[in-house]
Amino acid sequence: MQLYEMTVHEVKALLDKKEVSAREVLDAVMERIRKVEDKVKSFVTITEDLAYDKASWCDEKAEKGAIKGIPYALKDIICTKGVKTTCSSRMLANFVPFYDATVARLLDEQHGLLVGKLNMDEFAMGSSTEQSAFFPTRNPWDLERVPGGSSGGSASAVAADEVFFTLGTDTGGSIRQPASFCGIVGMKPTYGRVSRWGVVAFASSLDQVGVFAKDVEDCALIMNIICGKDPLDSTSVDLEVPDFTSFLHTDIKGMKIAYPREYFGKGVDEDIKAAVMKALKHYEEMGAVVEEVSLPHSEYALPAYYIIAPAEASANLARFDGVRYGLRDFKADNVIDMFSNTRKEGFGPEVKRRIMLGTYALSSGYYDAYYLKALKVRRLIYNDFARVFEDFDIIISPTTPTVAFKLGEQSDPLTLYMNDILTVPVNMAGLPGMSIPCGFKEGLPIGMQIIGKAFDEGTMLKAAYAFEQTTSYHQVKPALEVK
Amino acid sequence: MALTIKEVEHVAMLARLSLTEEEKKVFAEQLGAILGYVEKLNELSTEGVEPLAHILPVFNVFREDEVKPSPPREEIMANGPLTEDGYYKVPKIV
Repeated sequence: MQLYEMTVHEVKALLDKKEVSAREVLDAVMERIRKVEDKVKSFVTITEDLAYDKASWCDEKAEKGAIKGIPYALKDIICTKGVKTTCSSRMLANFVPFYDATVARLLDEQHGLLVGKLNMDEFAMGSSTEQSAFFPTRNPWDLERVPGGSSGGSASAVAADEVFFTLGTDTGGSIRQPASFCGIVGMKPTYGRVSRWGVVAFASSLDQVGVFAKDVEDCALIMNIICGKDPLDSTSVDLEVPDFTSFLHTDIKGMKIAYPREYFGKGVDEDIKAAVMKALKHYEEMGAVVEEVSLPHSEYALPAYYIIAPAEASANLARFDGVRYGLRDFKADNVIDMFSNTRKEGFGPEVKRRIMLGTYALSSGYYDAYYLKALKVRRLIYNDFARVFEDFDIIISPTTPTVAFKLGEQSDPLTLYMNDILTVPVNMAGLPGMSIPCGFKEGLPIGMQIIGKAFDEGTMLKAAYAFEQTTSYHQVKPALEVK
Repeated sequence: MALTIKEVEHVAMLARLSLTEEEKKVFAEQLGAILGYVEKLNELSTEGVEPLAHILPVFNVFREDEVKPSPPREEIMANGPLTEDGYYKVPKIV
Protein backbone atom coordinates (compact mmCIF):
# COMPACT_ATOMS: atom_id res chain seq x y z
CA MET A 1 0.00 0.00 0.00
CA GLN A 2 1.21 3.49 -0.84
CA LEU A 3 1.69 5.95 2.02
CA TYR A 4 -0.88 8.37 0.62
CA GLU A 5 -3.54 5.65 0.54
CA MET A 6 -3.35 5.08 4.28
CA THR A 7 -5.73 6.32 6.93
CA VAL A 8 -4.79 8.80 9.66
CA HIS A 9 -4.46 6.04 12.24
CA GLU A 10 -2.27 3.92 9.95
CA VAL A 11 0.12 6.72 9.04
CA LYS A 12 0.14 7.93 12.65
CA ALA A 13 1.34 4.49 13.77
CA LEU A 14 4.24 4.67 11.28
CA LEU A 15 5.13 8.22 12.33
CA ASP A 16 5.01 7.33 16.03
CA LYS A 17 7.36 4.39 15.48
CA LYS A 18 9.59 6.68 13.38
CA GLU A 19 9.31 4.29 10.45
CA VAL A 20 8.59 7.30 8.26
CA SER A 21 9.29 11.00 8.73
CA ALA A 22 6.76 13.80 8.36
CA ARG A 23 8.69 14.97 5.30
CA GLU A 24 8.37 11.55 3.70
CA VAL A 25 4.63 11.51 4.34
CA LEU A 26 4.35 14.99 2.87
CA ASP A 27 6.48 13.99 -0.15
CA ALA A 28 4.05 11.13 -0.83
CA VAL A 29 1.04 13.42 -0.52
CA MET A 30 2.51 16.19 -2.69
CA GLU A 31 3.41 13.70 -5.38
CA ARG A 32 -0.12 12.31 -5.27
CA ILE A 33 -1.57 15.82 -5.52
CA ARG A 34 0.64 16.61 -8.52
CA LYS A 35 -0.54 13.42 -10.18
CA VAL A 36 -4.31 13.71 -9.69
CA GLU A 37 -5.12 17.35 -8.96
CA ASP A 38 -5.48 18.28 -12.63
CA LYS A 39 -8.26 15.72 -12.88
CA VAL A 40 -10.24 16.36 -9.68
CA LYS A 41 -9.43 20.01 -8.94
CA SER A 42 -10.06 19.85 -5.20
CA PHE A 43 -7.83 22.77 -4.22
CA VAL A 44 -8.21 26.53 -4.51
CA THR A 45 -4.83 27.10 -2.83
CA ILE A 46 -1.95 24.71 -2.12
CA THR A 47 0.33 25.68 0.77
CA GLU A 48 3.25 23.43 -0.04
CA ASP A 49 5.99 25.63 1.46
CA LEU A 50 4.15 26.13 4.74
CA ALA A 51 3.52 22.41 4.95
CA TYR A 52 7.19 21.57 4.37
CA ASP A 53 8.28 24.07 7.04
CA LYS A 54 5.93 22.45 9.49
CA ALA A 55 6.99 18.93 8.44
CA SER A 56 10.66 19.77 9.11
CA TRP A 57 9.66 21.16 12.48
CA CYS A 58 7.74 17.94 13.25
CA ASP A 59 10.76 15.82 12.36
CA GLU A 60 13.08 17.89 14.54
CA LYS A 61 10.97 18.52 17.63
CA ALA A 62 9.94 16.03 20.26
CA GLU A 63 6.63 17.77 21.11
CA LYS A 64 3.64 15.47 20.90
CA GLY A 65 0.55 16.06 18.81
CA ALA A 66 -2.49 13.94 17.99
CA ILE A 67 -1.95 14.42 14.25
CA LYS A 68 1.70 15.37 14.28
CA GLY A 69 3.11 15.25 10.76
CA ILE A 70 -0.19 14.29 9.10
CA PRO A 71 -1.25 16.32 6.04
CA TYR A 72 -4.81 17.65 5.90
CA ALA A 73 -6.71 20.44 4.16
CA LEU A 74 -9.57 22.80 4.98
CA LYS A 75 -12.63 23.99 3.13
CA ASP A 76 -11.88 27.51 1.92
CA ILE A 77 -14.54 28.97 4.22
CA ILE A 78 -12.37 28.35 7.31
CA CYS A 79 -10.07 31.30 8.02
CA THR A 80 -6.36 30.57 8.06
CA LYS A 81 -3.85 33.13 9.23
CA GLY A 82 -1.73 34.38 6.34
CA VAL A 83 -3.36 31.97 3.87
CA LYS A 84 -5.99 33.19 1.39
CA THR A 85 -9.56 32.29 2.37
CA THR A 86 -11.81 32.86 -0.62
CA CYS A 87 -15.12 31.05 -0.02
CA SER A 88 -14.66 30.29 -3.75
CA SER A 89 -16.01 33.78 -4.42
CA ARG A 90 -14.75 36.69 -6.46
CA MET A 91 -15.75 38.78 -3.45
CA LEU A 92 -12.97 37.26 -1.31
CA ALA A 93 -10.55 36.18 -4.06
CA ASN A 94 -7.70 38.09 -2.39
CA PHE A 95 -8.78 37.96 1.25
CA VAL A 96 -5.98 36.96 3.64
CA PRO A 97 -7.20 36.55 7.24
CA PHE A 98 -4.99 37.83 10.04
CA TYR A 99 -6.21 35.07 12.38
CA ASP A 100 -6.93 31.35 12.43
CA ALA A 101 -10.45 30.01 12.90
CA THR A 102 -10.65 28.07 16.17
CA VAL A 103 -10.83 24.73 14.31
CA ALA A 104 -7.79 25.67 12.19
CA ARG A 105 -5.88 26.58 15.34
CA LEU A 106 -6.84 23.33 17.09
CA LEU A 107 -5.52 21.22 14.20
CA ASP A 108 -2.39 23.32 13.99
CA GLU A 109 -1.78 22.92 17.73
CA GLN A 110 -1.85 19.14 17.26
CA HIS A 111 0.86 19.66 14.61
CA GLY A 112 -0.99 18.52 11.52
CA LEU A 113 0.32 19.78 8.17
CA LEU A 114 -2.05 22.15 6.36
CA VAL A 115 -1.45 21.50 2.66
CA GLY A 116 -4.16 23.71 1.23
CA LYS A 117 -7.63 25.17 0.99
CA LEU A 118 -10.44 23.36 -0.75
CA ASN A 119 -12.92 24.33 -3.42
CA MET A 120 -16.61 24.75 -2.57
CA ASP A 121 -19.84 26.20 -3.84
CA GLU A 122 -19.54 29.95 -3.41
CA PHE A 123 -20.20 30.87 0.26
CA ALA A 124 -21.32 27.23 0.77
CA MET A 125 -24.46 27.73 -1.31
CA GLY A 126 -24.95 24.75 -3.58
CA SER A 127 -24.92 20.97 -3.83
CA SER A 128 -22.42 20.32 -6.61
CA THR A 129 -19.41 22.66 -6.26
CA GLU A 130 -20.35 23.99 -9.71
CA GLN A 131 -21.19 27.28 -7.98
CA SER A 132 -17.50 27.92 -7.24
CA ALA A 133 -16.57 31.20 -8.91
CA PHE A 134 -13.24 29.64 -9.95
CA PHE A 135 -13.80 26.15 -11.41
CA PRO A 136 -15.88 23.05 -10.71
CA THR A 137 -14.44 20.11 -8.77
CA ARG A 138 -14.81 16.59 -10.20
CA ASN A 139 -15.96 13.37 -8.59
CA PRO A 140 -13.02 10.91 -8.34
CA TRP A 141 -15.41 8.02 -9.09
CA ASP A 142 -16.36 9.53 -12.44
CA LEU A 143 -14.70 12.74 -13.58
CA GLU A 144 -17.79 13.72 -15.61
CA ARG A 145 -19.80 13.88 -12.40
CA VAL A 146 -19.99 16.33 -9.52
CA PRO A 147 -18.50 15.54 -6.10
CA GLY A 148 -21.56 17.06 -4.39
CA GLY A 149 -21.44 20.22 -2.37
CA SER A 150 -21.06 22.58 -0.96
CA SER A 151 -17.93 20.98 0.57
CA GLY A 152 -17.09 19.23 -2.74
CA GLY A 153 -13.34 19.83 -2.62
CA SER A 154 -13.21 18.53 0.96
CA ALA A 155 -14.82 15.27 -0.18
CA SER A 156 -12.93 14.79 -3.46
CA ALA A 157 -9.55 15.43 -1.82
CA VAL A 158 -10.10 12.60 0.67
CA ALA A 159 -11.67 10.23 -1.88
CA ALA A 160 -8.76 10.79 -4.30
CA ASP A 161 -6.19 10.20 -1.49
CA GLU A 162 -4.80 13.74 -1.87
CA VAL A 163 -4.83 14.24 1.92
CA PHE A 164 -5.65 12.05 4.93
CA PHE A 165 -8.62 14.07 6.15
CA THR A 166 -10.33 17.41 5.63
CA LEU A 167 -12.81 19.70 7.35
CA GLY A 168 -15.94 21.08 5.77
CA THR A 169 -19.13 22.80 6.86
CA ASP A 170 -22.72 21.57 6.75
CA THR A 171 -25.72 23.92 6.74
CA GLY A 172 -28.21 21.67 4.96
CA GLY A 173 -26.18 18.62 3.98
CA SER A 174 -22.91 20.13 2.70
CA ILE A 175 -20.77 17.50 4.47
CA ARG A 176 -23.02 14.43 4.28
CA GLN A 177 -24.10 14.78 0.64
CA PRO A 178 -20.57 15.12 -0.84
CA ALA A 179 -19.30 12.37 1.50
CA SER A 180 -22.06 10.17 0.11
CA PHE A 181 -21.31 11.09 -3.54
CA CYS A 182 -17.58 10.43 -3.01
CA GLY A 183 -17.87 7.21 -0.99
CA ILE A 184 -16.23 8.39 2.23
CA VAL A 185 -17.16 9.13 5.85
CA GLY A 186 -18.63 12.57 6.58
CA MET A 187 -19.67 13.82 10.01
CA LYS A 188 -21.78 16.85 10.88
CA PRO A 189 -21.63 17.13 14.66
CA THR A 190 -24.44 18.47 16.85
CA TYR A 191 -25.03 22.22 16.47
CA GLY A 192 -22.92 23.77 19.23
CA ARG A 193 -20.40 20.93 19.44
CA VAL A 194 -17.73 22.63 17.33
CA SER A 195 -16.74 26.29 17.37
CA ARG A 196 -17.78 28.33 14.33
CA TRP A 197 -15.46 31.20 15.19
CA GLY A 198 -13.48 32.21 12.13
CA VAL A 199 -15.71 30.24 9.79
CA VAL A 200 -17.39 32.56 7.28
CA ALA A 201 -21.09 32.54 8.23
CA PHE A 202 -23.81 31.36 5.84
CA ALA A 203 -26.84 30.55 8.07
CA SER A 204 -25.75 30.90 11.66
CA SER A 205 -28.46 28.81 13.32
CA LEU A 206 -27.72 25.88 10.99
CA ASP A 207 -23.99 25.98 10.12
CA GLN A 208 -21.71 23.42 11.70
CA VAL A 209 -18.10 22.42 11.03
CA GLY A 210 -17.35 18.72 10.57
CA VAL A 211 -15.02 16.03 9.30
CA PHE A 212 -14.37 14.11 6.08
CA ALA A 213 -12.38 10.92 6.63
CA LYS A 214 -11.42 7.65 4.98
CA ASP A 215 -12.85 5.59 7.81
CA VAL A 216 -14.84 5.89 11.03
CA GLU A 217 -11.83 5.61 13.32
CA ASP A 218 -10.20 8.61 11.64
CA CYS A 219 -13.44 10.53 11.99
CA ALA A 220 -13.46 9.84 15.75
CA LEU A 221 -9.79 10.89 16.06
CA ILE A 222 -10.42 14.24 14.40
CA MET A 223 -13.65 14.82 16.35
CA ASN A 224 -11.56 14.46 19.52
CA ILE A 225 -9.51 17.45 18.38
CA ILE A 226 -12.14 19.87 17.07
CA CYS A 227 -15.03 19.52 19.55
CA GLY A 228 -15.57 21.62 22.66
CA LYS A 229 -16.57 24.96 24.11
CA ASP A 230 -14.93 28.04 22.65
CA PRO A 231 -15.30 31.33 24.53
CA LEU A 232 -15.18 33.08 21.14
CA ASP A 233 -18.36 31.33 19.92
CA SER A 234 -21.29 31.92 22.27
CA THR A 235 -23.25 29.13 20.55
CA SER A 236 -20.62 26.51 21.28
CA VAL A 237 -21.73 24.37 24.19
CA ASP A 238 -19.90 23.72 27.43
CA LEU A 239 -20.40 19.96 27.62
CA GLU A 240 -17.78 17.35 28.32
CA VAL A 241 -16.34 15.93 25.11
CA PRO A 242 -15.94 12.17 25.40
CA ASP A 243 -13.04 10.27 23.86
CA PHE A 244 -14.86 9.36 20.66
CA THR A 245 -12.50 6.46 19.96
CA SER A 246 -13.89 4.74 23.07
CA PHE A 247 -17.08 4.08 21.07
CA LEU A 248 -15.29 2.16 18.36
CA HIS A 249 -16.35 -1.41 18.89
CA THR A 250 -18.73 -3.71 17.08
CA ASP A 251 -20.98 -4.91 19.86
CA ILE A 252 -24.27 -3.26 19.00
CA LYS A 253 -26.54 -5.93 20.45
CA GLY A 254 -29.80 -4.32 21.57
CA MET A 255 -29.12 -0.98 19.85
CA LYS A 256 -32.46 0.49 18.78
CA ILE A 257 -32.45 1.73 15.20
CA ALA A 258 -35.37 3.56 13.58
CA TYR A 259 -35.84 4.09 9.86
CA PRO A 260 -38.36 6.77 8.87
CA ARG A 261 -40.73 5.74 6.11
CA GLU A 262 -40.77 9.29 4.74
CA TYR A 263 -37.08 8.94 3.82
CA PHE A 264 -37.77 5.95 1.61
CA GLY A 265 -40.51 7.61 -0.42
CA LYS A 266 -40.87 8.52 -4.05
CA GLY A 267 -38.05 10.57 -5.47
CA VAL A 268 -35.47 8.36 -3.76
CA ASP A 269 -33.64 6.02 -6.15
CA GLU A 270 -34.81 2.40 -5.78
CA ASP A 271 -31.25 1.06 -5.72
CA ILE A 272 -30.34 3.45 -2.92
CA LYS A 273 -33.38 2.37 -0.90
CA ALA A 274 -32.41 -1.27 -1.46
CA ALA A 275 -28.81 -0.66 -0.37
CA VAL A 276 -29.91 1.03 2.87
CA MET A 277 -32.55 -1.65 3.57
CA LYS A 278 -29.81 -4.25 3.11
CA ALA A 279 -27.65 -2.36 5.61
CA LEU A 280 -30.55 -2.33 8.09
CA LYS A 281 -30.86 -6.09 7.67
CA HIS A 282 -27.15 -6.32 8.40
CA TYR A 283 -27.65 -4.37 11.63
CA GLU A 284 -30.47 -6.72 12.59
CA GLU A 285 -28.21 -9.71 12.06
CA MET A 286 -25.68 -8.05 14.37
CA GLY A 287 -28.28 -7.92 17.11
CA ALA A 288 -29.78 -4.46 16.70
CA VAL A 289 -33.52 -3.87 16.94
CA VAL A 290 -34.69 -2.23 13.71
CA GLU A 291 -38.13 -0.67 13.33
CA GLU A 292 -39.94 1.59 10.90
CA VAL A 293 -41.10 4.95 12.30
CA SER A 294 -42.71 8.13 10.99
CA LEU A 295 -41.30 11.66 10.98
CA PRO A 296 -44.54 13.17 9.67
CA HIS A 297 -43.29 16.69 8.97
CA SER A 298 -40.26 15.63 6.90
CA GLU A 299 -41.58 16.98 3.61
CA TYR A 300 -41.91 20.46 5.12
CA ALA A 301 -38.27 20.70 6.17
CA LEU A 302 -36.95 21.70 2.76
CA PRO A 303 -39.41 24.54 2.06
CA ALA A 304 -38.87 25.86 5.60
CA TYR A 305 -35.11 25.62 5.10
CA TYR A 306 -35.30 27.65 1.89
CA ILE A 307 -36.78 30.50 3.90
CA ILE A 308 -34.67 30.27 7.05
CA ALA A 309 -31.25 29.69 5.44
CA PRO A 310 -31.54 32.48 2.84
CA ALA A 311 -32.98 34.84 5.48
CA GLU A 312 -29.96 34.29 7.72
CA ALA A 313 -27.63 34.45 4.71
CA SER A 314 -29.05 37.78 3.55
CA ALA A 315 -28.18 39.24 6.95
CA ASN A 316 -24.76 37.57 7.22
CA LEU A 317 -23.68 38.56 3.73
CA ALA A 318 -24.59 42.20 4.28
CA ARG A 319 -21.04 42.62 5.61
CA PHE A 320 -19.61 42.32 2.09
CA ASP A 321 -19.84 45.96 1.14
CA GLY A 322 -16.41 46.74 -0.27
CA VAL A 323 -15.32 48.81 2.71
CA ARG A 324 -13.19 46.71 5.07
CA TYR A 325 -12.13 43.72 2.98
CA GLY A 326 -12.85 41.96 -0.26
CA LEU A 327 -13.74 43.32 -3.66
CA ARG A 328 -14.50 47.01 -4.15
CA ASP A 329 -16.12 48.84 -7.02
CA PHE A 330 -14.07 52.01 -7.55
CA LYS A 331 -16.22 53.54 -10.28
CA ALA A 332 -19.24 54.61 -8.22
CA ASP A 333 -19.31 58.22 -7.06
CA ASN A 334 -21.67 57.64 -4.13
CA VAL A 335 -21.64 55.09 -1.36
CA ILE A 336 -24.95 53.33 -2.16
CA ASP A 337 -23.84 52.62 -5.73
CA MET A 338 -20.46 51.54 -4.40
CA PHE A 339 -22.15 48.93 -2.15
CA SER A 340 -24.56 47.76 -4.86
CA ASN A 341 -21.98 47.53 -7.64
CA THR A 342 -19.42 45.81 -5.41
CA ARG A 343 -22.00 43.16 -4.57
CA LYS A 344 -23.06 42.83 -8.20
CA GLU A 345 -19.46 42.16 -9.25
CA GLY A 346 -18.48 40.07 -6.24
CA PHE A 347 -21.33 37.58 -5.94
CA GLY A 348 -22.26 34.76 -8.31
CA PRO A 349 -25.83 33.86 -9.37
CA GLU A 350 -26.71 31.40 -6.58
CA VAL A 351 -25.51 33.75 -3.86
CA LYS A 352 -27.50 36.62 -5.40
CA ARG A 353 -30.56 34.39 -5.66
CA ARG A 354 -30.39 33.48 -1.98
CA ILE A 355 -29.75 37.04 -0.85
CA MET A 356 -32.80 38.12 -2.87
CA LEU A 357 -34.93 35.30 -1.47
CA GLY A 358 -33.86 35.98 2.11
CA THR A 359 -34.32 39.72 1.80
CA TYR A 360 -37.79 39.18 0.35
CA ALA A 361 -38.76 36.78 3.17
CA LEU A 362 -37.64 39.25 5.84
CA SER A 363 -39.08 42.35 4.18
CA SER A 364 -41.93 44.34 5.60
CA GLY A 365 -45.27 42.63 5.03
CA TYR A 366 -43.83 39.16 4.37
CA TYR A 367 -42.02 38.40 7.63
CA ASP A 368 -44.95 36.62 9.32
CA ALA A 369 -46.07 34.76 6.22
CA TYR A 370 -42.66 33.33 5.41
CA TYR A 371 -40.01 33.64 8.10
CA LEU A 372 -42.18 33.23 11.20
CA LYS A 373 -44.14 30.44 9.54
CA ALA A 374 -40.90 28.62 8.71
CA LEU A 375 -39.66 28.92 12.31
CA LYS A 376 -42.90 27.37 13.56
CA VAL A 377 -42.55 24.51 11.12
CA ARG A 378 -38.98 24.10 12.34
CA ARG A 379 -40.41 23.44 15.82
CA LEU A 380 -42.66 20.69 14.41
CA ILE A 381 -39.67 19.04 12.71
CA TYR A 382 -37.69 19.23 15.94
CA ASN A 383 -40.59 17.63 17.83
CA ASP A 384 -40.81 14.77 15.29
CA PHE A 385 -37.22 13.78 16.02
CA ALA A 386 -37.63 14.23 19.78
CA ARG A 387 -40.54 11.78 19.77
CA VAL A 388 -38.62 9.11 17.87
CA PHE A 389 -35.55 9.51 20.08
CA GLU A 390 -37.66 8.73 23.18
CA ASP A 391 -37.60 5.10 22.00
CA PHE A 392 -34.59 4.79 19.69
CA ASP A 393 -30.81 5.29 19.80
CA ILE A 394 -30.23 6.28 16.19
CA ILE A 395 -32.13 6.88 12.96
CA ILE A 396 -30.91 5.49 9.63
CA SER A 397 -31.87 6.63 6.13
CA PRO A 398 -30.34 7.18 2.70
CA THR A 399 -28.12 10.30 2.66
CA THR A 400 -29.15 11.44 -0.82
CA PRO A 401 -32.05 10.71 -3.18
CA THR A 402 -29.65 9.95 -6.08
CA VAL A 403 -26.02 9.04 -6.68
CA ALA A 404 -23.65 11.69 -8.07
CA PHE A 405 -25.08 13.44 -11.15
CA LYS A 406 -23.25 14.82 -14.17
CA LEU A 407 -21.81 18.31 -14.35
CA GLY A 408 -24.38 20.63 -15.86
CA GLU A 409 -27.16 18.09 -15.40
CA GLN A 410 -29.02 20.05 -12.70
CA SER A 411 -29.27 23.67 -13.74
CA ASP A 412 -32.68 24.60 -12.34
CA PRO A 413 -32.38 25.95 -8.75
CA LEU A 414 -35.33 24.00 -7.34
CA THR A 415 -34.06 20.72 -8.82
CA LEU A 416 -30.69 21.36 -7.24
CA TYR A 417 -32.29 22.19 -3.87
CA MET A 418 -33.98 18.77 -3.81
CA ASN A 419 -30.57 17.14 -3.28
CA ASP A 420 -30.77 18.18 0.36
CA ILE A 421 -34.21 16.76 1.06
CA LEU A 422 -32.92 13.97 3.33
CA THR A 423 -30.20 15.97 5.09
CA VAL A 424 -31.84 19.35 5.77
CA PRO A 425 -34.20 18.12 8.53
CA VAL A 426 -31.15 17.18 10.63
CA ASN A 427 -29.81 20.76 10.53
CA MET A 428 -33.25 22.15 11.29
CA ALA A 429 -33.31 20.06 14.47
CA GLY A 430 -29.63 20.76 15.25
CA LEU A 431 -28.87 17.03 15.49
CA PRO A 432 -25.65 15.23 14.59
CA GLY A 433 -25.65 13.32 11.30
CA MET A 434 -23.12 11.37 9.34
CA SER A 435 -22.84 9.56 6.05
CA ILE A 436 -20.93 6.33 5.52
CA PRO A 437 -20.57 4.24 2.35
CA CYS A 438 -23.07 1.37 2.10
CA GLY A 439 -23.06 0.26 -1.54
CA PHE A 440 -22.64 1.16 -5.20
CA LYS A 441 -24.94 1.87 -8.11
CA GLU A 442 -23.24 1.40 -11.47
CA GLY A 443 -19.87 2.06 -9.89
CA LEU A 444 -20.97 5.19 -8.01
CA PRO A 445 -21.02 5.24 -4.20
CA ILE A 446 -24.22 5.13 -2.14
CA GLY A 447 -24.25 6.74 1.31
CA MET A 448 -26.19 5.80 4.41
CA GLN A 449 -27.15 8.57 6.81
CA ILE A 450 -26.97 7.95 10.56
CA ILE A 451 -28.73 10.53 12.72
CA GLY A 452 -28.12 10.71 16.47
CA LYS A 453 -29.50 12.36 19.55
CA ALA A 454 -28.12 15.81 20.32
CA PHE A 455 -24.54 15.53 21.62
CA ASP A 456 -24.55 11.76 21.23
CA GLU A 457 -22.12 11.48 18.32
CA GLY A 458 -20.57 8.55 20.19
CA THR A 459 -23.50 6.21 19.56
CA MET A 460 -23.53 7.20 15.87
CA LEU A 461 -19.82 6.47 15.60
CA LYS A 462 -20.37 3.09 17.25
CA ALA A 463 -23.11 2.18 14.79
CA ALA A 464 -21.00 3.43 11.87
CA TYR A 465 -17.92 1.53 13.03
CA ALA A 466 -19.87 -1.70 13.56
CA PHE A 467 -21.19 -1.54 9.98
CA GLU A 468 -17.90 -0.51 8.44
CA GLN A 469 -15.81 -3.16 10.17
CA THR A 470 -18.15 -5.95 9.08
CA THR A 471 -18.43 -4.79 5.44
CA SER A 472 -15.89 -3.70 2.84
CA TYR A 473 -17.48 -0.73 1.01
CA HIS A 474 -14.98 1.72 2.53
CA GLN A 475 -12.03 -0.21 1.10
CA VAL A 476 -12.98 0.24 -2.55
CA LYS A 477 -11.05 3.10 -4.18
CA PRO A 478 -11.98 5.17 -7.23
CA ALA A 479 -10.04 4.76 -10.48
CA LEU A 480 -10.00 8.53 -11.24
CA GLU A 481 -11.30 8.10 -14.77
CA VAL A 482 -14.27 9.09 -16.83
CA LYS A 483 -16.80 6.27 -16.67
CA MET B 1 -46.32 32.89 -9.60
CA ALA B 2 -43.56 35.15 -10.88
CA LEU B 3 -42.75 38.31 -8.96
CA THR B 4 -43.15 41.60 -10.79
CA ILE B 5 -40.04 43.43 -12.00
CA LYS B 6 -40.99 46.22 -9.59
CA GLU B 7 -40.96 43.80 -6.64
CA VAL B 8 -37.58 42.45 -7.73
CA GLU B 9 -36.18 45.97 -7.97
CA HIS B 10 -37.49 46.82 -4.50
CA VAL B 11 -35.90 43.73 -2.93
CA ALA B 12 -32.63 44.34 -4.79
CA MET B 13 -32.58 47.88 -3.43
CA LEU B 14 -33.09 46.56 0.13
CA ALA B 15 -30.27 44.05 -0.43
CA ARG B 16 -27.95 46.70 -1.93
CA LEU B 17 -27.52 44.58 -5.02
CA SER B 18 -27.59 46.05 -8.50
CA LEU B 19 -29.01 43.70 -11.11
CA THR B 20 -28.96 43.69 -14.89
CA GLU B 21 -32.30 43.81 -16.74
CA GLU B 22 -31.75 40.15 -17.64
CA GLU B 23 -31.11 39.18 -14.00
CA LYS B 24 -34.31 40.96 -12.96
CA LYS B 25 -36.32 38.87 -15.41
CA VAL B 26 -34.67 35.62 -14.37
CA PHE B 27 -35.05 36.31 -10.65
CA ALA B 28 -38.69 37.31 -11.06
CA GLU B 29 -39.37 33.83 -12.49
CA GLN B 30 -37.07 31.84 -10.21
CA LEU B 31 -38.02 33.55 -6.95
CA GLY B 32 -41.66 33.11 -7.90
CA ALA B 33 -41.10 29.38 -8.44
CA ILE B 34 -39.22 28.94 -5.15
CA LEU B 35 -41.84 30.92 -3.21
CA GLY B 36 -44.51 28.81 -4.90
CA TYR B 37 -42.80 25.73 -3.53
CA VAL B 38 -42.55 27.31 -0.09
CA GLU B 39 -46.35 27.84 -0.14
CA LYS B 40 -46.45 24.18 0.82
CA LEU B 41 -45.87 25.30 4.42
CA ASN B 42 -49.41 26.66 4.48
CA GLU B 43 -50.77 23.11 4.33
CA LEU B 44 -49.76 22.91 7.99
CA SER B 45 -51.63 24.50 10.83
CA THR B 46 -49.11 26.14 13.12
CA GLU B 47 -51.58 27.72 15.49
CA GLY B 48 -50.14 27.77 19.00
CA VAL B 49 -46.74 26.49 17.83
CA GLU B 50 -43.79 28.37 19.33
CA PRO B 51 -41.30 29.46 16.66
CA LEU B 52 -37.88 27.78 16.94
CA ALA B 53 -35.09 30.15 15.95
CA HIS B 54 -32.27 28.23 17.49
CA ILE B 55 -32.03 24.75 18.99
CA LEU B 56 -29.86 25.51 22.01
CA PRO B 57 -31.34 26.58 25.33
CA VAL B 58 -28.98 29.54 25.27
CA PHE B 59 -30.21 33.12 25.40
CA ASN B 60 -27.91 35.85 26.59
CA VAL B 61 -24.28 34.88 26.99
CA PHE B 62 -22.24 37.29 29.07
CA ARG B 63 -18.58 37.50 29.90
CA GLU B 64 -16.47 39.76 32.08
CA ASP B 65 -15.68 43.06 30.41
CA GLU B 66 -11.93 42.74 30.46
CA VAL B 67 -9.38 44.60 28.40
CA LYS B 68 -7.52 42.12 26.18
CA PRO B 69 -4.98 42.65 23.44
CA SER B 70 -6.32 43.29 19.94
CA PRO B 71 -4.56 42.43 16.70
CA PRO B 72 -2.48 45.31 15.33
CA ARG B 73 -4.53 47.81 13.33
CA GLU B 74 -2.23 47.50 10.30
CA GLU B 75 -2.87 43.75 10.10
CA ILE B 76 -6.63 44.23 10.23
CA MET B 77 -6.61 47.05 7.71
CA ALA B 78 -4.26 45.28 5.30
CA ASN B 79 -7.34 43.75 3.64
CA GLY B 80 -9.01 47.14 3.19
CA PRO B 81 -9.48 48.01 -0.49
CA LEU B 82 -8.82 51.71 0.18
CA THR B 83 -7.35 53.10 3.40
CA GLU B 84 -5.64 56.28 4.52
CA ASP B 85 -4.03 57.18 7.86
CA GLY B 86 -5.72 54.32 9.70
CA TYR B 87 -9.16 54.97 8.18
CA TYR B 88 -11.21 53.21 5.53
CA LYS B 89 -11.99 55.52 2.64
CA VAL B 90 -15.38 55.53 0.87
CA PRO B 91 -17.07 57.92 -1.59
CA LYS B 92 -18.49 61.12 -0.12
CA ILE B 93 -21.64 60.43 1.96
CA VAL B 94 -22.95 63.90 2.82
